[in-house]
Amino acid sequence: MLQIEEASKSYEHRGRSVVAMSRVNLCIGKGDFICIVGPSGSGKSTVLLTLGGMLSPSEGRVLLEGKSLYDLPPNDRARVRREKIGFVFQTFNLVPYLSAIENVEVPLLLARETDGDQAARAEELLRKVGLGDRLDHKPPEMSVGQQQRVALARMLANDPEVILADEPTGNLDPATSKQIIDFLAELNAEGKTIVMATHDHRAAMRARKILWLYDGVMSTERPEGAWSFD
Amino acid sequence: MKLRTLVWRELFERKNQLLTGFLAVLLGVTVIVAIKNITFFSEKAVARQLDTLGANILILPKSVSLQDYYSSDVHGEEFPEEYVTRLVMSDIQGLDNLSPKLSIPVEVGDKSVMLTGILPKNEFQAKAAWAGAGVFSRPVGCGVVADTPGAGEEPPRETLVRNRVIETLESDEALVGSDVAAALSIKEGDTVDLLGSSFKVIATLPQTGTIDDSRIFAHLHTVQDLAGKGAVVNAIEVVGCCYEILGGLVEKINRLLPEARVVTITQIVDTQIRTNQMMSRLSLLFLVIIVLVGVASIANYMFANVFERRREIGTLMALGATSSMVLRMFLFKALLLGLAGGIVGFVLGTILSVTLGPRIAGVPVLPMPVLALWAIGLSTAIALAATYLPARRAAGLDPCASLQEV
Repeated sequence: MLQIEEASKSYEHRGRSVVAMSRVNLCIGKGDFICIVGPSGSGKSTVLLTLGGMLSPSEGRVLLEGKSLYDLPPNDRARVRREKIGFVFQTFNLVPYLSAIENVEVPLLLARETDGDQAARAEELLRKVGLGDRLDHKPPEMSVGQQQRVALARMLANDPEVILADEPTGNLDPATSKQIIDFLAELNAEGKTIVMATHDHRAAMRARKILWLYDGVMSTERPEGAWSFD
Repeated sequence: MKLRTLVWRELFERKNQLLTGFLAVLLGVTVIVAIKNITFFSEKAVARQLDTLGANILILPKSVSLQDYYSSDVHGEEFPEEYVTRLVMSDIQGLDNLSPKLSIPVEVGDKSVMLTGILPKNEFQAKAAWAGAGVFSRPVGCGVVADTPGAGEEPPRETLVRNRVIETLESDEALVGSDVAAALSIKEGDTVDLLGSSFKVIATLPQTGTIDDSRIFAHLHTVQDLAGKGAVVNAIEVVGCCYEILGGLVEKINRLLPEARVVTITQIVDTQIRTNQMMSRLSLLFLVIIVLVGVASIANYMFANVFERRREIGTLMALGATSSMVLRMFLFKALLLGLAGGIVGFVLGTILSVTLGPRIAGVPVLPMPVLALWAIGLSTAIALAATYLPARRAAGLDPCASLQEV
């Protein structure tokens, strides 16, 4: 379903070239639950953003359902993100001045749903993540766990086939982390494809496949002595 | 939820920034509206005062050269009074007042004075009404006297000295210059005998320091009869609108009256034009400064806003927002700021000009509804123009960099 072929990405930082992704090959089938682990700065987020059509690789290509993502015009890539891909961020990235229900309505607004459909769908999703009594609360008025659940509801608004989660439990306590991972596992069981970057070994253990990333190089084996889980 | 809801909520999220941006537009528009409003009425008042300075065009016989403005009719040369009719019945615009004159020397007692025949304005108006068109159909910007608040009252007859025209004058009435009145002890209501005819003095004129002080004014046709010269005049004094003079009024009169000599009193015309141009330039200067300050303030506000919201913009893009949607989001915000600034600025500017105008410019100032459209259009244009570059920057943001999670 989603494929990276020989993708590399390097940045210029203060005159030096920094390699974030080096000749990465990855094939993700429909319904997979893949976890990418690695230390900070190893390139995990780069891989996720590249998969999500947000960051074009310096070399190589990304295929979604057989079509090269970065050969599409920017507006078509935005449409693909809107319709097929859902993002979950470590810092939730909720819009602070919108209520929970309005935050969930944003992707539906971008998909040009009617006001009534937006409200009904957003309320349904917030109830699904256990926030039926927090519809009108703004992010600063909610706990971090509640904020991440709002972000999950927003991610699900357009019913994406692929979920890209970047450190989704990175800012959460263990109990809340477990709730979020349980929820992602439940979505995977329903057929969603999930690619998650994490430090959290308990979260990683829930994935069907773990991939290791070190200095931009991806492998199925843990590099010896490279690092360990938290 | 609609895009406008998103924009509306964000507007009030950063109240201090909003206030700064709004005030930049508001103050700019307020000042511009106030200046425009006061300038409009001030220009009218100045033009009205300048009108009272007197004629700015003289029509003389071809052979006469102008030596002295105030004695332009004292040269013994004549041309037909019919020229006046030609002017009145022509379609030339910008002739505010006409004053044909015929002057002859007369003896009153042992003193020699100048008897000057003039044609009252009511006779021109009768001719113009009969012609159905002509000199009294004024172009925009001309004939300010009637349009200015408080200017509707009938001018006193003594204003002849300055206006060079009088509203009504009967065939047996006369106006007496100050020197003649003093020398011959003539008072208003007295009777004076001139060339065998008796005239009732309806006013003695204030001193001017010119030859006019030694004149006695009577009806043109009466003077023509007394002089036995027929329907002739020595000169026609004209108050022309300065804008029309710039637009070739003199050339038009020359074409209409090729046998006459048309002279512009450049000093007076120049004063009128210079004053009006100065006010226009001053107004333009303020406008440019305020527009630049407004654009800089709004642009600064918007750039700061884009910088603060780059994570939010990156998130929206990750959720599927296109660049054009981000652009529209910022431009819609600018539109709201512009509309609000324009409306409130117009109201404040109008209140300011109506209350402070009379104190600052010494003229009555009335609200000008047409400035509302002008203010809203200008403020919206300023806000949109100033926001365009920041909005383009927002639309072109790299979502990855803005998410800062790479």
